[in-house]
Amino acid sequence: MEGLFPKPIIRLIGDRGVLVEYGNTISQEINRKVRTVAVALNLEMPEGIVEVIPTYRSLLIIYDPLIISLKHVEKELESIEDRLDGLDIPLPRTVEIPVLYGGEYGPDIEFVAHTHNLTVDDVVRIHSGAIYQIYMIGFTPGFPFLGGLPEELHTPRVETPRALVPAGSVGIANNQTGMYPIDSPGGWRLIGRTPLKLFDPVKEDPFLYSAGDMIRFVPISADEYNRILSERNA
Amino acid sequence: MEVFAILEPGAFTTVQDGGRYGYQQFGIPVSGALDMFSYLAANVLVGNGDNAAVLEITFTGPKMEVLSDAIVAVTGADIPVLVNDGPRPAWTSFEVRRGDVLSVRAARRGVRAYLAVGGGISVPVIMGSRSTYTAGKIGGYSGRALAKGDRLHSESVNGRSRLVAFPEELKPSLPDEITLRALPGPQDDYFESGLDAFFNSEFTVSSKADRMGYRLEGPSIELKEGVPRSIISEPSLSGAVQIPADGHPIILLVEQTAGGYAKIATVVTPDLNLVAQAKPGNRIRFKRVDVAEIHRLYADYRSLLEHIKRMF
Repeated sequence: MEGLFPKPIIRLIGDRGVLVEYGNTISQEINRKVRTVAVALNLEMPEGIVEVIPTYRSLLIIYDPLIISLKHVEKELESIEDRLDGLDIPLPRTVEIPVLYGGEYGPDIEFVAHTHNLTVDDVVRIHSGAIYQIYMIGFTPGFPFLGGLPEELHTPRVETPRALVPAGSVGIANNQTGMYPIDSPGGWRLIGRTPLKLFDPVKEDPFLYSAGDMIRFVPISADEYNRILSERNA
Repeated sequence: MEVFAILEPGAFTTVQDGGRYGYQQFGIPVSGALDMFSYLAANVLVGNGDNAAVLEITFTGPKMEVLSDAIVAVTGADIPVLVNDGPRPAWTSFEVRRGDVLSVRAARRGVRAYLAVGGGISVPVIMGSRSTYTAGKIGGYSGRALAKGDRLHSESVNGRSRLVAFPEELKPSLPDEITLRALPGPQDDYFESGLDAFFNSEFTVSSKADRMGYRLEGPSIELKEGVPRSIISEPSLSGAVQIPADGHPIILLVEQTAGGYAKIATVVTPDLNLVAQAKPGNRIRFKRVDVAEIHRLYADYRSLLEHIKRMF
């Protein structure tokens, strides 16, 4: 089944979780719906709902069954659905991420260009020309799964994942693009790096973006990269 | 106040508290003590609040020089505790003096022990918690397991003024065979005969068993005909049992963030304390419960926790 379900499917996760599924596919429409309900719930969080976690096509709701019964969680979901039109849901933010493409920071950019008979400049132009929707955050702290990569750049993962992908790396895996907020192993094709600190655990607000926000990559020069990096470390 | 200097760290000793809630939407797992009952008991015994940080010991414990007089208690796994070579009882608070050497040896039964100190272990609060998430390198002591030479601080020297012992009848037993009560779902509709196989078979804990999850050996659980082999990745909750491509169940625990395989059932919260003490080779069965029962079990468990908080 494609597109939004006429009525969301409710799945139970043990004694304190509910998964509300809005569709079966990865699509902007379904993910927008997920974001809308998540934002609405967060605006007027019913007592007993502990956390609302947006995913590609569902919402994971953690509740305290001693405060709110499962039946009431389901009622709240129906009621928020009825009130969605009347709620003032803020539009997703667009967060700009400066990227130094290619060179030592984007060791796979020539492979990506070569695979698609493009020049490196084409890859930079196409990748930074699109706006990406954050479908979900996970895998590592702050790792955004982004939808909307133009088809001309779809490229398979590397055959052997790298043991260490440095924090800030921007990569491509098949129809997805994303970035690594912390040093971690990884198999995505690396095309550039951002000098921004994508995850800063000691900050009041440790992340630059939330699920549902939009991301735009802005090409920068090596000088600019170093300038942002030195300001960050100052 | 400096309370311990680590002479030997033990196999895998981390600082943990009640967990880091509210950040799973950013890919940060809950973390926290794996055996919440023993964790809470350790804090209660030394007079700490119920979210104080403790040391979670895995298989073998640390050897520490005591830097300030303090009250200490060790709970969880059955594990020898010594002060200057003199044994101390588990599940009981006792005093240590500056200059003592406090050693926690190797677990005889169970896997994880909890060492609480009066006042609680002091480390920076990161995103609302002191718990260590080693894969993300955040929380606890520099985001990692303890190492030789580390110096631990306590929040204060306060602790309870009288020494107490945990009631014998409330101490968990540490059996080699456990039965975990579980509610089918969230993706039980991906299985037919696999559900019967899951609830009627015996599994063995494999060597791949850590704070992310416990991989089990035993019969392979099959998906039903016509469903996709994997699902679109989604975050997971502790206790969900994922069936990967090879059909061997994985009980997902507190450091798992997201997964792409169907979850056949989810273990009731109190039984996760049994998982925390199960070691490779131990046997596990699953018992099917319904929604009403899983919520009754959860409510009983929460009342038990409230009871032990007010016990002394």
